[in-house]
Amino acid sequence: MYQYNEVDQTLVNERVAQFRRQTEQFLKGEMSDDQFRALRLRNGLYIQTHAPMLRIAGPYGLLNSKQFRKLAHIARTYDKNYCHFTTRQNIQFNWPKLEEVPDILAELASVQMHAIQTSGSCMRNTTSDHLAGVCIDEIEDPRPYCEIIRQWTTLHPEFDYLPRKFKIAVSGALHDRAATQFHDIGLHLVKNDAGEVGFKVFVGGGLGRTPIIGQVIRPFLEKKHLLSYLEAILRIYNLHGRRDNMYKARIKILVKESGLEQFTEAVEKEWLMIRAGRELSADRIAAMIAQFSPPAYEKHAAQDTSFAERQLQDKAFATWVKYNTAEHRVPGYRAVFLSLKAPGSPPGDMSDTQLDAVADLADQYSFGEIRITHRQNLIFADVKQADLFPLWQKLDTLKLATPNIGTVTDMICCPGLDFCSLANAGSIGVAREINEALDDIDYIHDIGDLKINMSGCMNGCAHQSVGHIGILGVDKKGAEWYQLTLGGSSENEAAIGERLGPAVAKDQVTKAITTILDVYIKQRLDDESFLEMVNRVGITPFKEQVYADY
Amino acid sequence: MQIIKDKKIIDDTWSYIAEDAEPKGGDISVSLARWKKDKQQLLKSSGKLGVRIRPADSVEEIAADLEHIQLVELDFPSFADGRLFSHAWLLRSRYNYQGEIRATGHYMPDQVYYLSRVGVNAFNPEKAEHLPLVLSHLNDFTVNYQSSVN
Ligand code: HEM
Ligand code: SF4
Repeated sequence: MYQYNEVDQTLVNERVAQFRRQTEQFLKGEMSDDQFRALRLRNGLYIQTHAPMLRIAGPYGLLNSKQFRKLAHIARTYDKNYCHFTTRQNIQFNWPKLEEVPDILAELASVQMHAIQTSGSCMRNTTSDHLAGVCIDEIEDPRPYCEIIRQWTTLHPEFDYLPRKFKIAVSGALHDRAATQFHDIGLHLVKNDAGEVGFKVFVGGGLGRTPIIGQVIRPFLEKKHLLSYLEAILRIYNLHGRRDNMYKARIKILVKESGLEQFTEAVEKEWLMIRAGRELSADRIAAMIAQFSPPAYEKHAAQDTSFAERQLQDKAFATWVKYNTAEHRVPGYRAVFLSLKAPGSPPGDMSDTQLDAVADLADQYSFGEIRITHRQNLIFADVKQADLFPLWQKLDTLKLATPNIGTVTDMICCPGLDFCSLANAGSIGVAREINEALDDIDYIHDIGDLKINMSGCMNGCAHQSVGHIGILGVDKKGAEWYQLTLGGSSENEAAIGERLGPAVAKDQVTKAITTILDVYIKQRLDDESFLEMVNRVGITPFKEQVYADY
Repeated sequence: MQIIKDKKIIDDTWSYIAEDAEPKGGDISVSLARWKKDKQQLLKSSGKLGVRIRPADSVEEIAADLEHIQLVELDFPSFADGRLFSHAWLLRSRYNYQGEIRATGHYMPDQVYYLSRVGVNAFNPEKAEHLPLVLSHLNDFTVNYQSSVN
């Protein structure tokens, strides 16, 4: 993974010093709330219902064991012994003290981490495929380009006060695991007819209040023009994005209101004027690719026979392998998901002891690296098959081996009313109730691939609009109600879920979900997934049953 | 009044002429609207000329006049309006403007490092007592990741 050089380190150190000084000025009353708000947001610091919340960047989801130990230390020293992994591959602490945040940032800087631009109206952490570099359907590893983009976006002097936040995602595989079509800019590494690899560029996607699927602004962009093309899009957005209404300020609204054609014309015109002299050199790209060179895989890892034997002997192990590991491009290796969705614990949360233990396991079994996924789980990307059995046993004792990756209990869930001042409704409690109702793992496995996403309000932090089943908390005369949608997807066949009907009361949500699952079990064709069935039959059969008693 | 120009605190020689006020002698700056309306008359005046740009203005409209303009003021209605950063960049990089670009209005001392990078070389802080602060914030960082004007 990428290692900071002197420039990177100096930059984060100077940023910490800057924020320390800003915080002091604020606490001494020398700076207005408004001004400090803008500055602290650009350092990941929100003020929440109970306390500040600090969001730390997980650069395209990639961390190492040393950084995990630092997170554990921060959780113990400055917070309530846990942290939260987010859908944008970031890490959040819910209980830091404002006056200690500069110290936390200094701790992070000591392990090559920061919280720069993790909130505020600026360019955010670039996200990517959590299986980058190891998956079997990859055209090219996206991470070197993510790092190039990370550097370009960080402290960009022209684009730090945009109309609204701006998110970029990069995917290098055939299967889009990075929800690129729901980002302000989505980049797909693709091969053109001449066999060259470049970027297909999507623009104007986004979730939140007005979910919109991104559109293709350029089918093929040569790699060397990556940064000048981004610059052109950002300049047009910075100059012309709406600033009169914050709900209409995302680039998706600009693209929609000006029309893709006119927007594209403006971007291409700008780009033609700036691209000369701004090319990424082949050397720069090669040097960045070298930063992500594969670890020293064992040549004969595939010759091991214990892995097959263990699966025959131990059904629980075999089940875990089936659900919580993924194929690896190197024979004899697999990628392992650590489920942060154990029954009874809030989705995406992890304790300091778990963080430390995971750091040790990463060192022992996966070259010291850990990745964060969009569905708020973790990955050890490079585990030898002979190591899977002992690793599984250890993960199991840490409650990180629930075999539910990609299943109905692998929910994405925002903090909701428990922690968020914007929430209309609770989400963690509802998630727990659904989880308790679905306590039969065989039933869960029978349902198979099903993504439930639940947000406590329209802002849609948990991507409910692209959940196969989406649950959205709404406020009805001060009571918590929930709007259900079916058929959303953030993958290649991107789709926004369709409303099932009127919102349901809090005590009816779990029943509605189990009813939907029953309809699926009864009416599915042979191998049909939930999403496939919804696409085939529409929402009516589900609607009839869910609202049968109304 | 004092401002910062090219990293030095200096006395300001310019005055801004409001929309309906009579032009006076010396170095004066006017709004873009007034510039467009009264350009011919202004060009006859003895002092130097400047134009005050608001975020919604387009700097393209003065691109052809830049040889007559010695000051462009970027007038911040709010520190959050980032359009003026692009205006500065355009003036320097696209239109090759060599004169003074000055930030004025409601921006934060904490933004001056970025402003200087996109080509702003003069600062009229919202509060006069912030002059030393602005000066020191021009050196907030010693390294950068991307090219810009500076
Ligand atoms: C705890 C307090 C939180 C607050 C106050 C908050 C606030 C918001 C707001 C206001 C938006 C809407 C922005 C817009 O529409 O442009 C938003 C979007 C978003 N939030 Fe949160 N959020 C919180 C926690 C989280 C957490 C824990 C996650 C991750 C699990 C998260 C992930 C996201 C994502 C991915 C979006 C973007 C959706 C899009 O692309 O538009 N947020 N958040
Ligand atoms: S979706 Fe709403 S309730 Fe949930 S975290 Fe985001 S802003 Fe808060």
